[in-house]
Amino acid sequence: MNAFDDPSLTRPQYVGARVTRREDPRLLTGDGNYVADIKRHGMVHIAFRRSDHAHARITYLDAEAARTLPGVIAVYTGEDIALLANPYQATSRMKNYQATFIPPVAVDKVRYVGEAVVAIVAESRYAAEDALSAIDVGYEPLAVLVDPETSAQSDAPKLHEDLASNVLAEREFARGEVDDGFARAAATAGTRFHFTRTTPVTIEARASVAEYDRGARALTLHCTTQIPGILRDKLSEIFDLPGPRIRVIAPDVGGGFGGKTSLYSEEIVACAVSRDLGRPVKWVSDRTEDLMTTGHAFDEIVDAEIAVAGDGEILALRADVIGDVGAYSIYPWTATIEPVQVVSFLPGPYRIENYAARVRSVATNKTLTGAYRGVGRPISAFVMDRLLDMAARKIGMDPVDIRRRNLLKDDEFPYKAASGLVWDKSAFQACLADAEKEIGYEELKKQQAAAREEGRWLGIGVSSYAELTGVGSRIAVAPGMPINTGTETCNVAIDSTGAVTASFGLASQGQGMETTLAQVVAEELGVQVDDVDVLLGDTSAVSHGSGTYASRGAVFGGGAGTLAARAVREKIVRVAGHLLEAAEEDIETGNGNVWVKGTDKSMTIRDLARALYSDMGRVPKEMRDEIDNLEATKVYDPFFGTTTAATHMCLVEIDPETYGTRVLKYIVAEDCGRIINPLIADGQSHGGVAQGIGVALMEEVIHDEAGQVLTASLADYTVPSAMEVPSMDVIHVDADLPDTIGGFRGLGEGGTIGAPACIANAISDALSPLGIEITEIPATPERIYRLVEAARA
Amino acid sequence: MLRVKPDQKQRIELTVNGRKYSGYATPRLLLTDFLRHELGLYGTHVGCEHGVCGACTIVIDGAATRSCLRYAVQCDGLELRTVEGLAVEDGALNDLQKAFNENGALQCGFCTAGILMSVTRFLEENPKPTRKEVTEMLSGHICRCTGYEQIIRAILQASGQ
Repeated sequence: MNAFDDPSLTRPQYVGARVTRREDPRLLTGDGNYVADIKRHGMVHIAFRRSDHAHARITYLDAEAARTLPGVIAVYTGEDIALLANPYQATSRMKNYQATFIPPVAVDKVRYVGEAVVAIVAESRYAAEDALSAIDVGYEPLAVLVDPETSAQSDAPKLHEDLASNVLAEREFARGEVDDGFARAAATAGTRFHFTRTTPVTIEARASVAEYDRGARALTLHCTTQIPGILRDKLSEIFDLPGPRIRVIAPDVGGGFGGKTSLYSEEIVACAVSRDLGRPVKWVSDRTEDLMTTGHAFDEIVDAEIAVAGDGEILALRADVIGDVGAYSIYPWTATIEPVQVVSFLPGPYRIENYAARVRSVATNKTLTGAYRGVGRPISAFVMDRLLDMAARKIGMDPVDIRRRNLLKDDEFPYKAASGLVWDKSAFQACLADAEKEIGYEELKKQQAAAREEGRWLGIGVSSYAELTGVGSRIAVAPGMPINTGTETCNVAIDSTGAVTASFGLASQGQGMETTLAQVVAEELGVQVDDVDVLLGDTSAVSHGSGTYASRGAVFGGGAGTLAARAVREKIVRVAGHLLEAAEEDIETGNGNVWVKGTDKSMTIRDLARALYSDMGRVPKEMRDEIDNLEATKVYDPFFGTTTAATHMCLVEIDPETYGTRVLKYIVAEDCGRIINPLIADGQSHGGVAQGIGVALMEEVIHDEAGQVLTASLADYTVPSAMEVPSMDVIHVDADLPDTIGGFRGLGEGGTIGAPACIANAISDALSPLGIEITEIPATPERIYRLVEAARA
Repeated sequence: MLRVKPDQKQRIELTVNGRKYSGYATPRLLLTDFLRHELGLYGTHVGCEHGVCGACTIVIDGAATRSCLRYAVQCDGLELRTVEGLAVEDGALNDLQKAFNENGALQCGFCTAGILMSVTRFLEENPKPTRKEVTEMLSGHICRCTGYEQIIRAILQASGQ
């Protein structure tokens, strides 16, 4: 074996290696480039006057005084923006769905507190904000709808006069013999669950810089978005501009978590104003605006009931879900995405043949809800896992045992769930077994019994769930949406300098995709990982792409990157076969070199590129005509997508003085397929669980009866700090790889899906001597105090 | 006492990372806006502008300080340290930055500059902190991506533990 054929030297395994992130040096030294850092010559600034009414008719609007203030350049009302931007709405082919138009700036009436009413454009942000108070707006208050059940009534005042009702979507389905299941049950358990409203809180609030070039008649939007491709496509319609003349760039983006996956009014206004004035326009959200206008999360009431046999077998499940989706149906996901996912995923990883559900998405006078890490599934897991524990208590079964009894087994895949989802094989049972072992369940139960003797409130929680990740074209991320979320594109190109660039339609908001996708492409191509430049978050990179959301980056990016790199490698091998005078099957690539196996005949890929592109004569014209260049564009469609299974277990203790809950131990056992980079994979799980702890214990957007947001600062809307998040263990279960290209499964959302359920179960377990079941989260000290007081009364 | 009108610009001189800067600021100009938009030091980030998230933390005259809660004119003549001053002379990462890189202590990077500045000052005062002390110090910052564990590990590693 020669030096080239030593795989340890020439084919280092990048996929699976703990490669440190290439993004870090710039972010650690202050050299990152976030949207708020962008400064342009002649740039002007927008501030929005926002509605302080939740539902009101605008009776008059006088902005003349504001126009004359120093530094003010222009003032735009809703009517002004409507002349500059075509109306849009989030359509869907789903039956019983009503789309709403979303005016970028309110016209005639306002529908939630925080909705934009006037945009002021000024030389500085300070001047723009000063002018806001000089605008005189008259409102005639209308009946405010904050309760979705009231809003769903047929005689409720309508938010949108052109619609039949406030019920924006409704879906009902049943499979199997549900009534029979309940009739046969040894025990049933059920109640009303409430999963309150939260908000993403990216530490970087949303921001946009729009630049319309009058000469080129082209628009560039730098934006804190997860979906540059979706924005580009919609802005093309809104502004009647062809795609190539709109470029959406997401540079360094400070977190997304789903909150940056929607089209936002401020983005449209920035573009409209830049085109109107011919100047660069900047808008940066402040934190209060962010808490009131970035798509809120969750907010469902679920009436659910489960029927079990004496041995714990689940016989039937039924649920009625009301999702409070806020004032409009958000683009592109629609008002269906969150509530419909609750019923689709409610049966979870369990074998449930008899299931009936109804779901309604109801408009209220609140901020729009959109996607947030987990989308619907944190509620599914919370309700299902609570029901299982409640049922297990009734039949005297251990919570882990009832899960083991009902989790799908390895020989049952693919399994079509009662809601229609199809699970491919994933380690459902092994995750539970590994979590149980790793946390030392039996020992923990003994500890708990001893603690209980001392009067301490110690509880053990378990949650098992499955999620579909890397969802391909067979199943849309939200049903019936007008966009394609089922494919993703990658272009791999080696140019005439020999440099490798991999371009994607994906965008990164901290997931480290510049690193992981370079690992995948380098491995497939046979070059060093540092030699691959990765281009993300720029719509000029590939013809179609949607972005990063729904735990799809690794599956889609890894798949498309593998396919494109493989195609370029085939071209390299063809050219090398000619240049090295060998059969193509004898050519190997690695570490940036090509060589003939078993010989010393070799060259660098850089030299090969030069030979093809620049040294005319070295590669015959016929071959050059055939392969064109060292470049390939490939589209990957995982069709069904793949299943990621996990079990979370935790130990909590509730302080009997403060009623505060502390998470003492936390274990995640998950099957996320082939891991590209364990450093990054672990980080996704840790971060996801931390957000799930916030959802379980702390985070809640609170509206009063008038629809005012009472949690409009980070002092009022509290998120976990280092004090609330325990040190946790993440176990990647050793299991068969899925059929996705590369064997990757998505894992971005899992932590947030399992944690609320796991912690709610642990708190209920801790308080089980008092007969308390957690049915509403966050389980704040105040809620726990009230439950304990009621139980003792 | 000096009295100035609301829109009257004051000349201020201060030292940032050992280098002298001068500029003009109206009395209400926030220090964050002065650093970022007047001096072009965009490494300091604005997360909440109400003193909760900690993203804008810098070191002012030896104290870790929320720069969003200071006016630029309050810092005339003072000595500031920001994230741009952390790297060692040839631009390479210092030990703390390296530990962050090696431990996965940042994801989106938006909160990172503030955390690095707090930790820098903290380790100068307490070079061998316990895990509990690190956790308590870190509770003054919100990181929404990592779940904190990796940051704690990085800080312990940087302190040679």
